[in-house]
Amino acid sequence: MKMHRRDFLKLLGFGSAVLVLGRHSNAGAAESKAQDDFLFVQMSDTHWGFSGPQINPDATGTLKKAVAAVNSMDTQPDFIVFTGDITHTTDDPKERRKRMAEARDIIKDLKVKNIRFLAGEHDAGLDNGEAFQEYFGKTHYTFEHKGVHFIVIDNVSDPTSSITDPQLRWLGGELKKLNKNSRIIVLTHRPLFDLSPNWDWWTRDGSKAIDLLMPYKNVTVLYGHIHQENHHMTGHIPHHAAQGLMYPLPAPNSVPKKAPVPWDASAPYKGLGYRGIQAKGKTAAFVITEYPIPVKNM
Amino acid sequence: MQIRRSIVKCAIALTVLFVLTAYGNGAWAVDPQEKTIKITAKKFEYSPNEIRIKKGVPVVLEFTSLDRVHGFFVADLGAIRATIEPGKITRVRIVAPKAGTYEFHCDIFCGDGHDGMTGTIIVEE
Repeated sequence: MKMHRRDFLKLLGFGSAVLVLGRHSNAGAAESKAQDDFLFVQMSDTHWGFSGPQINPDATGTLKKAVAAVNSMDTQPDFIVFTGDITHTTDDPKERRKRMAEARDIIKDLKVKNIRFLAGEHDAGLDNGEAFQEYFGKTHYTFEHKGVHFIVIDNVSDPTSSITDPQLRWLGGELKKLNKNSRIIVLTHRPLFDLSPNWDWWTRDGSKAIDLLMPYKNVTVLYGHIHQENHHMTGHIPHHAAQGLMYPLPAPNSVPKKAPVPWDASAPYKGLGYRGIQAKGKTAAFVITEYPIPVKNM
Repeated sequence: MQIRRSIVKCAIALTVLFVLTAYGNGAWAVDPQEKTIKITAKKFEYSPNEIRIKKGVPVVLEFTSLDRVHGFFVADLGAIRATIEPGKITRVRIVAPKAGTYEFHCDIFCGDGHDGMTGTIIVEE
């Protein structure tokens, strides 16, 4: 089921998932500070090492601006997650590691030191995640934060866009530890559902992961890869794609050939940004706020 | 929804009668009456990248890779796919039941130009 913003806002009344779409708003500061409330930030598709002046003339500055913007948030997040394609791909293993080291150094400037990393196919698709693991750690894992269970699924280290059976068995095992009402956030790079297989915007065995998640009542999936917001439901499970931090891509199947959207000089950084996700107390509701890259430092 | 899509894909795949195989030595029980189209794959292109076939007429696509592992994937024709490995000949037999234009692409991430490694199958009446 495809879902547009308007449709999603209708969910406000139902309380299972809440989406707030704003610009420069600060949901974190505005909300009450219940004990179990927390805010985290999703940054995605930074593609460090990309070069293309027609696409992003500030390729070496955009990530730094995003880091500065997150550092200036009135309410600092509890943690930050990077949902893949931290670096832009290269055939040269040495250059790949150089890009990872550079990106990691920039990310170190974040005030918040609790940072979780996911691989994208640009990071991990050519060496099965070897370099990524050297610099950023495991490619699939779980963690818990204030009662919310986070599950990181790797659907990129296998170059066929697959999670693969061993990891699916691991996922099933992790889910068995939880009860059906647990609050679960799945973090992944590619969409788990068939957003656009023609554009490689899917996970070949993603439906198997969704089948495993389906019995759980409070699941939300956050992902990257498509460099734009997208909101979709598979049954009761919402899937939210984040904007990227290097270049936007066109809406799914909106043009014959998928290619980065050229830079718009009249609207610098248009289509780029990061998001804040606020967990609300012990409920299953999450408030998602989209933030653009501030243009004042251009 | 996912299950329904999978069922539809399977149904289309059966209808389209795509048959896929790959042999390291290139051996294949090819019907000499069937047309064979040779296609090379390399970073980041297929050659040729536009293939014209007739509706209902069996055609064998014969792939070779000139550099590394690539993929061949046609989402809208039964989600047929193949892995194209260097040093092997990979053959895909197609009997397309419906005229139209179908995009294919490499579905094994192969580098910076991967997203542009695409082609078109044009099925004519």
